[in-house]
Amino acid sequence: MEERKIATRDSYGAALVQLGTEHPDVVVFDADLSAATKTSMFKKAFPDRHFDCGIAEADMMGAAAGAAAMGMVPFASSFAMFAAGRAFEQVRNSIGYPQLNVKIGATHGGLSVGEDGASHQCCEDFALMRSIPGMVVMCPSDDVEARAAVQAAYEHSGPVYMRFGRLPVPVFHMEESFTFQIGKGEVLLDGSDIAIISTGLMTYEALKAGKWLRQLGIQARVINLCTIKPLDEELILKAARECGKIITCEEHSIIGGLGEAVCSLLSEHLPTPVRRIGVNDEFGHSGPGAALLQEFGLYACHIEEVVKEFLNVSDR
Amino acid sequence: MKPEEKRRLMQTACQVRMGVIEATHAARSGHPGGSLSAADLFTYLYFKELNVDPQRPDWEDRDRFVLSKGHTAPGLYSALANRGFFPMEDLKTLRQIGSHLQGHPNMNMTPGVDMSTGSLGQGISAAAGMALMAKHQGKSLRVYALLGDGEIQEGQPWEAFMFAHHYKLDNLCVIIDNNHLQIDGPVEEVMSPYPIPDKLKAFGFEVMEIDGHDFDQMEHAFAKARTVKGAPFAIIMSTVKGKGVSFMEDQASWHGKAPNDEEYAMAMTELKEHLARLEGN
Repeated sequence: MEERKIATRDSYGAALVQLGTEHPDVVVFDADLSAATKTSMFKKAFPDRHFDCGIAEADMMGAAAGAAAMGMVPFASSFAMFAAGRAFEQVRNSIGYPQLNVKIGATHGGLSVGEDGASHQCCEDFALMRSIPGMVVMCPSDDVEARAAVQAAYEHSGPVYMRFGRLPVPVFHMEESFTFQIGKGEVLLDGSDIAIISTGLMTYEALKAGKWLRQLGIQARVINLCTIKPLDEELILKAARECGKIITCEEHSIIGGLGEAVCSLLSEHLPTPVRRIGVNDEFGHSGPGAALLQEFGLYACHIEEVVKEFLNVSDR
Repeated sequence: MKPEEKRRLMQTACQVRMGVIEATHAARSGHPGGSLSAADLFTYLYFKELNVDPQRPDWEDRDRFVLSKGHTAPGLYSALANRGFFPMEDLKTLRQIGSHLQGHPNMNMTPGVDMSTGSLGQGISAAAGMALMAKHQGKSLRVYALLGDGEIQEGQPWEAFMFAHHYKLDNLCVIIDNNHLQIDGPVEEVMSPYPIPDKLKAFGFEVMEIDGHDFDQMEHAFAKARTVKGAPFAIIMSTVKGKGVSFMEDQASWHGKAPNDEEYAMAMTELKEHLARLEGN
């Protein structure tokens, strides 16, 4: 079957238009990146509810906070690097601390940004946003999940950070049967030899690896965690109990992201051996997004290798 | 302004100042200097300018006030308490565990506080966002933001000023408390923000310069602000840091230091004598 690929930033834009149609209290702020973040789709549909702040992310976060204080539901968008990075303290103090109902839609997360290079490849956003009390942190894996996450973010009362990608990624969720809840992970493939817990575009890779491993007789449980915070502790502890070994996968630094969130939980409640797959403590560089994912070891073949090493399975 | 009204405002301002001294003395920390320089403004806003209702602090159509220079919370709290948003006794709980009066304003804890602030440069962006949304919602309410002269050394206010001009926020009134001092000394020695009026004009503001301790000038400026259409308004008020407590006046050292028992007694004596003179007038 031919894979249908959609970048989750496009899903974000489409979901905003849908929200805008249903809810007059939705307003969108952008910082001169509407064509890239895809809030341009909302701008086209609702020009009087889209506000460009210019290249001023700090001010945009503050303005969005003010909008939330006036009872609106603002979505503030920029690249992950600037939304979570540059404007971190504004998000922390003007949105997080007062628990204002601002939704941050950050696109161009991770290495798969590609050619723009390391200055724009944000691999620290989960770490930064997770550290803010009360902040929901989500990273959807495909188009279906991304649109559901945006809808859920609107329905959630309080600040939410969402990371979307630039690279088109396969759509593997079935829209008809898909349900989404903030803070709930989903088991995509059952098994009890090892658990692979993944977020964002790496979930499809984890699923692919899981299927390959079946052919080797390894039953891996593949878990998709769109919500990195709050963590689905129950699901993770169950996986640790039943599988005994855990691998985490994220297009993010291995410092401070999903991997460390899982490790923190397990080390306190159920010490379990873990391998973290992610971006090691280094910067990326320019190149096609897919090639970078390959180079930095974030594809299914890499996950498969780590599983085999972890389970002491000799090569075919 | 009628002399009687002015005298009442002066009395209230004196009581607001006494609240600042009470609160920072009880807390043994806090920022009296900038609270006192802006005490007349806080008084004018909460007793004359702002359309607010202490009985309904969350009333949707109220005017909004954002204290962007959030460290001068004692001044804001004292004005709010004097206006009846919460009991005067609460002022003595400033900065203590269990108190709703945090070291810097918290909109979810203190009745009448419209935005959580404290990290300098951020409040003004929220105020501009509020003003933009008020227009979007078709509300006639106005938004006021107070910034320090040192605060505008941050870059973010200038982003917000650009935004305010771009979106023609004539319902936004920015006030700059030009008390000339910041923690490390005179603002022009630390990092000059001058000339402030020229810069704000260049950013598209209608600007008025006033004496921040003169209620007649304040009345004139705020009335003018309401008449300007299509552009934001800025009032740059020249003030004296520590105003009203002679040993604190024009001293950078009183930026973030609380009066000890002896200093508290001296300050309260001076303010009480001043109040008595105003009442006897």
